[in-house]
Amino acid sequence: MEKRLYLYPVWIRLWHLLNAVLVIILIFTGISMQYASAEISFSLIRFDQAVAWHNVAAIILVFNYVIFVLGNIFTGNSRHYKVKKENFWSRLFTQLKFYAFGMFRGEEHPFPITYKQKFNPLQKISYVLVMYVGMPVVIITGFGLLFPEILVQQFFGVSGLLITDVLHITMGFIITIFLVIHIYTCTLGDKPGTLFKSMVSGYHEEHE
Amino acid sequence: MKIAIALFTTIISVIFLTDNNMGPVLQDPEEDFQVVKGIENNIFAEDNEKCLVCHGEPYFELSDTAAGVVQNRLMCDDYFVERDEFYQSNHWSFACTDCHSYDFELFPHPVSARLEEPYNCNDCHGYDEQYAHFQFEKIQEEYQESIHAEIEEFSCWKCHDPHSYEVLIRNTDDFEEAILQNNNICLECHSNFSNFQLLTDREEIEIVQSHDWLPNQEAHFKSVRCLECHTEINDTLMVAHKVLPMDKAVKRCTECHSADSRLMASLYRYQSKELRGDVGFINAVILNQSFVVGAHRNVILNYLSYIIFAGVILLLFVHIFFRILKSKS
Repeated sequence: MEKRLYLYPVWIRLWHLLNAVLVIILIFTGISMQYASAEISFSLIRFDQAVAWHNVAAIILVFNYVIFVLGNIFTGNSRHYKVKKENFWSRLFTQLKFYAFGMFRGEEHPFPITYKQKFNPLQKISYVLVMYVGMPVVIITGFGLLFPEILVQQFFGVSGLLITDVLHITMGFIITIFLVIHIYTCTLGDKPGTLFKSMVSGYHEEHE
Repeated sequence: MKIAIALFTTIISVIFLTDNNMGPVLQDPEEDFQVVKGIENNIFAEDNEKCLVCHGEPYFELSDTAAGVVQNRLMCDDYFVERDEFYQSNHWSFACTDCHSYDFELFPHPVSARLEEPYNCNDCHGYDEQYAHFQFEKIQEEYQESIHAEIEEFSCWKCHDPHSYEVLIRNTDDFEEAILQNNNICLECHSNFSNFQLLTDREEIEIVQSHDWLPNQEAHFKSVRCLECHTEINDTLMVAHKVLPMDKAVKRCTECHSADSRLMASLYRYQSKELRGDVGFINAVILNQSFVVGAHRNVILNYLSYIIFAGVILLLFVHIFFRILKSKS
């Protein structure tokens, strides 16, 4: 029997699509700047173009992030991001164990997707950390790098710009790792493309 | 959790705080002591005052004792010496007559003295062991190839006014001030058309407009000298003197924004020569002064990121491998 749930309303799908495009642009342009080389042949994207694209994509991303936060507040979507404190670690471990062993043994999903439970505990905590910790850090530090004159010049003897940049790049790297894992886990549906289709149609589909 | 926090704090301390002692050297290591500049320490100050009574003032007094006429006249800019600047300059300890004829002690100054050819840098600094490490002869060669040398009226003094020039860049921990001082030398002509047109027939240069391709222009103007992009870097000279024509100026961002940043061979050359200690950052010597995107990479974080990324990819491939195994079984 096929289970079909409408989990992703239009605004989430549009936000997600735009977010995905922008994050990919930001990652590639960010890498181009960080690993810029005087030799043109070694550059992924030309430095000046990378700077321009990075700045534009970042500004759009900030607006998109505001839409995400407001959307969550006003549509009630935020309930999916509420992390339960009870048995937090054991629930997380159960999910990890399923990905590591259970799914190969044909075990049932420990946290099946329902209207009330869109995300499993591992998804929930990673999404919360990325969207409510990672994104604000990367946005605030990015703002500092865009307008370096607003930054503290020295912080305990270290350049404020340096601290900001290291924080920005580190968080950017963590978000990149998240993206890689996120894309991979999205292939874990009934078929490798099932979950990607869900983000297009809005319907989560699986065989029960 | 506490162990994780402690580990994180330790790593951050190692990465960031170990570079506290890598500030620029403020004193020439060859010097045993540093003399305090100033009028009070110039033993010729009293003698110099005989000249500065007129040449150190914006107006001088012209008197005809026989006729009893006294007039205040404006001192021409070219003959005006700002006392405070002079006594803080590189030549602060000099007597005026070290460079100018004793005949100037006569007033009115005799024409023969006024027609005297002024010294140039190499008359004192060239071919002298004491100054050999500054390579003034090579500077002269570079200058001869520079676009400035094509201008007949140009000389060392146009940029290095012997009455006020002070080398800051290698003796300062305030790069912003040194950069401002350096750039003001260029702007004296390049953003002041009255001075510019005395030397060339070219059209007025609009500095801001001609640099509008630079992102974050203000930050660039504050953080680097004009020289960084407008001279050809010389491997042996501490400061490049071959000023290039406008169309040969550096316009490629990665010349500075890369691991092999040209700033290390120009603006930060003194520091990079003095401080070669590896504190975990590529081009670490720049860090105390500024931060250049692309030129700084933390070596530790770099390797850590490679390991984490490779680890994640490996884990995913192992997962894919078992999925394929399962689907086949």
